[in-house]
Amino acid sequence: MALDRRGFLGGAAALLAAPRVLFAQAATERRFVFVIQRGAADGLNTVVPYAEPNYAALRAGLAIDPASAIKLDGSFALHPALQEFGALYTQGQALCVHAVASPYRDRSHFDGQNVLESGGTSPYQLKDGWLNRLVGLLPRRSKEAIAFAPTVPLALRGSAEVSSYAASALPAASDDLLLRVEQLYAADAQLHALWSAALDARGMAGGQEEGGRRQDPGAVGRMAANFLAQAQGPRVAMIETGGWDTHSAQNPRLAAQLRGLDAMLAALKQGLGEAWNHTVVLVATEFGRTAAANGTGGTDHGTASAALLAGGAVQGGKVLADWPGLATGALHEGRDLRPTLQLDALIATAAAETFGLDRERVAHALFPAGSAVKALPRIVRA
Amino acid sequence: MTPAAIALNRFGLGARADEAPPADPRGWLLAQLDRYEPLPPTWQAQPRTPALLQALVEQQRNARDAAQGEKQAARQAYRREARDTYLAAVGARAATALTTATPFTERLVHFWSNHFAISVDKVAVVGLAGAFEADAIRPHVLGRFEDLLLAAVRHPAMLLYLDQAQSAGPQSMLAERQAGRRRGLNENLAREILELHTLGVRSGYTQADVTEFARALTGWSLPGLEAEAAGSEAFRYRPAMHEPGARMLLGRSYGEAGEQQARAILHDLATAPATAQHIAGKLARHFVADDPPPALVQRLAAAFQRSAGDLPTVYRELVAAPEAWQPAPAKFKSPWDWGISSLRAVGVRDVAPMQVANLMNQLGQPVWRPGSPAGWDDVAATWAAPDALLRRVEVAQRIAGRSGDSADARALAPRLLPGSVGEATTQAIARSESPASALALLLVAPEFLRR
Repeated sequence: MALDRRGFLGGAAALLAAPRVLFAQAATERRFVFVIQRGAADGLNTVVPYAEPNYAALRAGLAIDPASAIKLDGSFALHPALQEFGALYTQGQALCVHAVASPYRDRSHFDGQNVLESGGTSPYQLKDGWLNRLVGLLPRRSKEAIAFAPTVPLALRGSAEVSSYAASALPAASDDLLLRVEQLYAADAQLHALWSAALDARGMAGGQEEGGRRQDPGAVGRMAANFLAQAQGPRVAMIETGGWDTHSAQNPRLAAQLRGLDAMLAALKQGLGEAWNHTVVLVATEFGRTAAANGTGGTDHGTASAALLAGGAVQGGKVLADWPGLATGALHEGRDLRPTLQLDALIATAAAETFGLDRERVAHALFPAGSAVKALPRIVRA
Repeated sequence: MTPAAIALNRFGLGARADEAPPADPRGWLLAQLDRYEPLPPTWQAQPRTPALLQALVEQQRNARDAAQGEKQAARQAYRREARDTYLAAVGARAATALTTATPFTERLVHFWSNHFAISVDKVAVVGLAGAFEADAIRPHVLGRFEDLLLAAVRHPAMLLYLDQAQSAGPQSMLAERQAGRRRGLNENLAREILELHTLGVRSGYTQADVTEFARALTGWSLPGLEAEAAGSEAFRYRPAMHEPGARMLLGRSYGEAGEQQARAILHDLATAPATAQHIAGKLARHFVADDPPPALVQRLAAAFQRSAGDLPTVYRELVAAPEAWQPAPAKFKSPWDWGISSLRAVGVRDVAPMQVANLMNQLGQPVWRPGSPAGWDDVAATWAAPDALLRRVEVAQRIAGRSGDSADARALAPRLLPGSVGEATTQAIARSESPASALALLLVAPEFLRR
């Protein structure tokens, strides 16, 4: 793993943008993009079970109004911020997978992301990542893979060679970090006063979406597209997004997050042009959030969530869900959406179908601990 | 804070993840006084003062001798060279701080370098700033204060920064010889030695004392500002510039001739009770509290006087002081201390010089550029400002992003701040949505911002 050591601290060229993009090269027309949502994205408000009788009561003030949501079918609707994704769904280029989870059943971000990225069944069981192992299965011209960031996330780490390329955009501190710092300083009189004054001065109080120094998801999508669209360019990419851990003020925060994701997908599609037809984008998070709203206008760490697929190669226009329901008895440990689909199986299926590989072989290579057993209906065009 | 956390952070430069906390915190600090390397390999690679001064002298000669249209180009070429030298020295300073086995003595180097402040906003100082710290400060931080004082005020960076190099007595041979040309007395260095380096402001000296001291200092200059070669010298006493006669300073007459006259004055200043008080107060403010406990200052001053300015004696008194081991953190880290401790925390051992310079510019404490001979202020109010705090958060995010998930903040926190991480910080770290975000939070946690 060769890191670009210039990409540290210094001038604008050294500053890295979040979300980060990472690529690998392969001799295929198909492109596979993995977008990780760090922080446990709320699947229940992303793909809303509007026909579910318990949804509105559990979510109370957080419930998405079905009138404003984008109806997908008789059961599910998209968060209103996902306009582009909704249009892709209508065109048969997007699909949703619900009540899906990795094998991880506890509620630590660190451990959950480790399981999601490594492809193990328990944290720290595997040292490399499933996306790197996928690169190893491809009939590639070059063994080289590119990490478009100063460090390579675990999912893309492993024996397939990865170098890195640091993006040049200047990052402001993420809204998520600003909020967490605000909480951290709450009980410290000196730092709390300084911090409030700093946020006021920069017009970023509360980290709301109107702040002037936000990261630009559209630019990230365009940058990724510039690489992926090239004939000799990389065929596997990873984009990291953060800010999904919405314990409070969830509605405005999640709306901003999803708007950003939607803008990134739109920029990716536009930038890829014809190559979009050969592209599969998989969006997934480490785990979901509690079915019920908490006492601070947010949700806490849960279990199952929703995953999204988009791209011209996606056989879309449907919601895959073995819906468990939100009745008290149906919830995992009485609080979380119960997982009924395996995220590992989804990943293995999507990756195998994208590159025309044998699903069993891919599942075994990506998830050697054997968790990805169940087959899914076809999700990528042959 | 536990004693181990105090030793690492209040006295040191912050823990490194790969080093175990000291089992005997006081012993660990005192042992550093015996293990200190005045010129570690990181500094040995830098050019020494005489060579740098020679380059400056040559530039001045070249600019003088150049054809009218080429003087500017000669000056610019030198400025580029000086800027490169400066950046390399910034890199050496940072690399030393990141890798040193004696972080307490490095902190002392930084303290004294700031006490005898020079500032690169004066062009002639740019190329010499690093060498000032390497050659005037580093060899003497564990010696006598008088030797440190002498080395600092005789270094060309100081002589140029405070305009001493060209100060000539009104009755000197040079003034007589060059009657009509504007060469005369400059009081700058004399005043700052009294006000900043030794006795301290409002300690009872008068304008007449300043002027007399300035007269005594005439002739303390540089080699080769005319056509001569600098050779291996970095200081030259120039008898022709010296004001003849005895000087009366602070009620004492100094009848010594030539260079010895200012030396005798500096000896008395270095060992004066007011100097002991001044240095004791600054050391206590740096290591213990913005408003240092008076009893501690008294004991440090007494140690200074008792030992005739033997600095390790004073440091031992400081390490022995119960006031220095109070568990509540009383100091807000300066940008340099915070930046270095953050990089140490994530295990960085070398950083490109330009990146260190940029980092310190962003954080508001450009290296060797305090902009005033008083140096950087050493109280929280100077550094704990809203925008400065926001910048630290942004820098923390960048450092954490660079480290990726190679550092687990949950495991790192108790190593950096053994026994000293509060519940709020522990929870914030544990609840972070990614390893990088947890690490950034650790670096801007109240426990890490203070010491």
